[in-house]
Amino acid sequence: MKDSLSLLARIPAHPDSRCWFLAWDPSGTLLASCGGDRSIRIWGKEGDDWVCKSVLGEGHQRTIRKVAWSPCGSYLASASFDATTCIWKKSQDEFEVRLSLLILTQGWANRLVRGLHLGREIVWQAMNAHEIGGWGVGGGEGSDWIKCCSGLWDSAACSACRTALIAVWCIAGVVCSGADPSWKCICTLSGFHTRTIYDVAWCRLTGALATACGDDAIRIFEEEPLSNPQQPTFALTAHVPRAHSQDVNCVAWNPKEPGLLASCSDDGEMAFWKYHAWIAGVLL
Amino acid sequence: APENIFPRPSAGSGRVSGLSTPRKRARLYSFPWVPVAMVGPAPGGGSPLENANPLIYRRSGERPVTAREEDDELPDSIDDREIFDLIRSINDPEHPLTLEELNVVEQVRVKVNDAESTVVVEFTPTIPHCSMATLIGLSIKVKLIRSLPERFKVDVHITPGTHASEHAVNKQLADKERVAAALENSHLLEVVNQCLSARS
Repeated sequence: MKDSLSLLARIPAHPDSRCWFLAWDPSGTLLASCGGDRSIRIWGKEGDDWVCKSVLGEGHQRTIRKVAWSPCGSYLASASFDATTCIWKKSQDEFEVRLSLLILTQGWANRLVRGLHLGREIVWQAMNAHEIGGWGVGGGEGSDWIKCCSGLWDSAACSACRTALIAVWCIAGVVCSGADPSWKCICTLSGFHTRTIYDVAWCRLTGALATACGDDAIRIFEEEPLSNPQQPTFALTAHVPRAHSQDVNCVAWNPKEPGLLASCSDDGEMAFWKYHAWIAGVLL
Repeated sequence: APENIFPRPSAGSGRVSGLSTPRKRARLYSFPWVPVAMVGPAPGGGSPLENANPLIYRRSGERPVTAREEDDELPDSIDDREIFDLIRSINDPEHPLTLEELNVVEQVRVKVNDAESTVVVEFTPTIPHCSMATLIGLSIKVKLIRSLPERFKVDVHITPGTHASEHAVNKQLADKERVAAALENSHLLEVVNQCLSARS
């Protein structure tokens, strides 16, 4: 497990403030970060260094909590505590605000959220007042789940929870009356994290699962090669205990370069990591 | 101004002064001796107080300085007493009293682990339906976040069994995002800062 995740660079992205979220653009060449200093920074690689290409500072009056790129890569959406969402258009190397929306539900500006069925109860992602319309909460479990993301397989999703569990879900082959597929929990990973898990990210290229935790650590899990797809087992393949000096808020895999992981933290810093996957006991 | 008979140590003395010691500052209220206290109505009327008759407790004295602490060469680790000293003088939002005087915070309910950089504070609202519980918890949390090194993880929650909605309040206080958003609300921030300001 040693040297599985190595640090490439550490950048003070949002000095004197916290960095809340990171998003790679679809081409994998630009990284957007947003933070408590009410600005969005776009980072690109020049040679071996990551440099700040633009600072988008005029869009919001309060902390910017999340950013997301459109699938075409020309637009960037940002969501803020000031209850607005800004859509930014990229022209050449500049960004300008195209649209500022006051909306209560965050459409595609948020990570894709899947509704998860637990029998009759639907677990959903609730973050403050940003509620995804159309899903309900049963049994009070909803607000304990912070994040869910779509995984390598379309039918698998992973959710992270405040009480430091990760659950992996799969569409069950169950006939149901409604239009929504029925999900069942096929694996739970517990005992690895000591504090709240703030983010999970499943790499579409390698299948590795990265987690960002409130104990300042980043962990990577991979499905064991011979495990049953219906009941998979995951192994911890990398653990960096002091990835940042404060809580790690977000981890994001680069969509084009396998093994490149970006992370950000309450200390305002961003870090880039290279993950070396293990296959059959051999370090790649 | 009426002589205030509530026993509080005068600044720097380290002793708890008796009933006969006059207070330095004029007070609007007069408080009899612990454990029963009667707080008069708020001046100028106003909305009824949440808890009009809080019990008032005696403040503990100043901390004795040990020889080890006086030695500048040896680093002092942060201990329970130091955290308690930070939070004991936070004002209650309703009464001109500190959280220590209302026994909302007690030193035994503070647990610090300097090596692991964790602080856990349990606070006890004065009544089980206190609607100020979230605000008090937030004030404690903000005071500690502002005063301690950034490496510390601060957990503030209600003493189990002492509040009707303790689960909901604890969940809000543990939610980092909600706390950050709340502190960007200028009105709420002002109220919190008032609770944290030193009484003049």
